[in-house]
Amino acid sequence: MPAAITAEGLVKKYGDVVALDGMELTVPEGTVFGLLGPNGAGKTTTVRILTTLLTPDAGHATVAGFDVVRDARRLRAHIGASGQYAAVDDHLTGAENLEMVGRLYHLGVKRSRQRARDLLDRFDLTEAADRPVQGYSGGMRRRLDLAGALVATPPVLFLDEPTTGLDPRARASLWEVIAELVADGTTVLLTTQYMEEADRLADRIAVVDHGRVIALGTADQLKDQVGGDRIELSVTSAADLETARRMLAPLAVGDMQLDPTALQVTIPVIGGAAALTSALGHLAAERIAVRDAGLRRPTLDDVFLTLTGHETDETSKETVR
Amino acid sequence: MNSLQVAFADGMTIAKRNALKIRRAPDLLGGVIMLPVVFVLLFTYVFGSMIELPGLSYAEYMLPGIFVMTITSSAQITGYTLTQDLQKGIFDRFRTLPMSPSAVLTGQTVSDLIMNVTSIVTMALVGLLVGWRIHSSPLEALLGFGLLLLFAYAFSWVTATVALALRTPEIFNNIATLVSLPLVFLSNAFVDSTRLPGPLQAVAEWNPVSTFIQAARVLFGNASSALPAPSAWPLRHAVPVSLLWSVVLLAVFVPLATRLYKRAVSR
Ligand SMILES: Nc1ncnc2c1ncn2[C@@H]1O[C@H](COP(=O)(O)OP(=O)(O)OP(=O)(O)O)[C@@H](O)[C@H]1O
Ligand SMILES: [Mg+2]
Repeated sequence: MPAAITAEGLVKKYGDVVALDGMELTVPEGTVFGLLGPNGAGKTTTVRILTTLLTPDAGHATVAGFDVVRDARRLRAHIGASGQYAAVDDHLTGAENLEMVGRLYHLGVKRSRQRARDLLDRFDLTEAADRPVQGYSGGMRRRLDLAGALVATPPVLFLDEPTTGLDPRARASLWEVIAELVADGTTVLLTTQYMEEADRLADRIAVVDHGRVIALGTADQLKDQVGGDRIELSVTSAADLETARRMLAPLAVGDMQLDPTALQVTIPVIGGAAALTSALGHLAAERIAVRDAGLRRPTLDDVFLTLTGHETDETSKETVR
Repeated sequence: MNSLQVAFADGMTIAKRNALKIRRAPDLLGGVIMLPVVFVLLFTYVFGSMIELPGLSYAEYMLPGIFVMTITSSAQITGYTLTQDLQKGIFDRFRTLPMSPSAVLTGQTVSDLIMNVTSIVTMALVGLLVGWRIHSSPLEALLGFGLLLLFAYAFSWVTATVALALRTPEIFNNIATLVSLPLVFLSNAFVDSTRLPGPLQAVAEWNPVSTFIQAARVLFGNASSALPAPSAWPLRHAVPVSLLWSVVLLAVFVPLATRLYKRAVSR
């Protein structure tokens, strides 16, 4: 698969602040790439360079085959972008905003109008379509801005924190829209603070910190770096807890953890669901009452904290040495 | 479409957006319609009651000055909306679109022109009600209005340049008032420049605003024969010199504004 987006050694400095420090990424066509990172990691800066809003100090990048600096003007016909802060016009209505964007993509009057109506519908803004944006809520503005990115059905889409400020329903419907677009072959690069979102949407995820990629892979690969599945069980008495520990020791692939106050035991396992079923079978045979049982995979939150925390540890160790 | 047609179409799209904006914002609309009406009434009645001009009503002498003053003061709307746009994210949207990069400024200045047409028509109508008359041929009168609009268009680019250099609405407003007030009051708008003391007279006579006002007076037939004819060179050839001024202003400020726009949005 050819790459829809490539970036090599991107560097961007704001005075003394190094916003990007050798950013690298490759996104194959028709896939979703997630940029995950703490505040100030350089996600927005990366998106702004790839959408031609900023020129990098060093390195280079291509989108849809066009160099983001040299071919900026031609590139823009092939991308849609929604920034971290909604770029909508307060005095225009929702419909007028989208029509204007369509006209500036040179879709012509009729298609611009039609597209505006379709998108307003898709983003649940039909009722507000003819009201000035000034009176929109934060989430409505956000949705209008996202609709703006889709006006020209661009092959490559950049979404900077697309679901920040959306209610659960709007978020779910945006996820749906993104899934449909990707099914039609659109390439999406998105940044997010929500691990669940990256997990759910992104084919590959780059964890970014201090302006560079510190880990890269599928959600599963990243989780495996942190550790495998765990069974978490809680019982009703201290005696049962001890029995459970003894019974389940053969299943554990690492150190088990006991929490006597919560009456909970945590067992690292392989083979997820099968392990859980057999654990529950053993306990039922001993007539141990199980209050709560579950299989827990490391979340991207775990990944995120481990990786970014780890990074800081290493840097501080290096300075000590 | 070739790139010139694209640039034109994009400019018109932005102009339409700005026009909608002015129509929706009551404070801006007030500046376009109310202020000119107030200026005409206030200046003709207040000053008009104090001065006698033989053979000419004071309204006739005043109106060209009021036209030009209104143009310079409504240019503040341009700068104000431009600085506001800069602070919001809308330019980011524009810059990710395959539109002509010049469209934002041409659109802005074209919508300003539409706004100026509206306020000049308003002033002319109110002017006619209070005694302003055109004493020249229809062709000259038409040229007079054309020249006012040319001035308005060139002045919008000056304002856009200042706005893009200052970038915040509040700072822009202060500076614009500070510059435009003396520009209008140190001119022949409301006083006979030949009666000003020496250095002020030189300033007023060479002030480009005076040249445009004098040119409008000439073209509308509103120059008073009772007043001594201005002796300064730009005022004796007011029509060609004001055309020259327009060309110079455009030649300097179009590229300057364009450069500042690029700098302002790419930070
Ligand atoms: N215009 C600017 N001027 C100065 N510094 C900037 C500017 N824009 C970004 N920075 C700095 O660059 C770094 C990266 O910022 P960036 O906005 O890319 O982070 P981010 O990952 O998008 O963060 P967030 O999650 O908060 O949106 C930060 O340290 C930030 O302070
Ligand atoms: Mg950001």
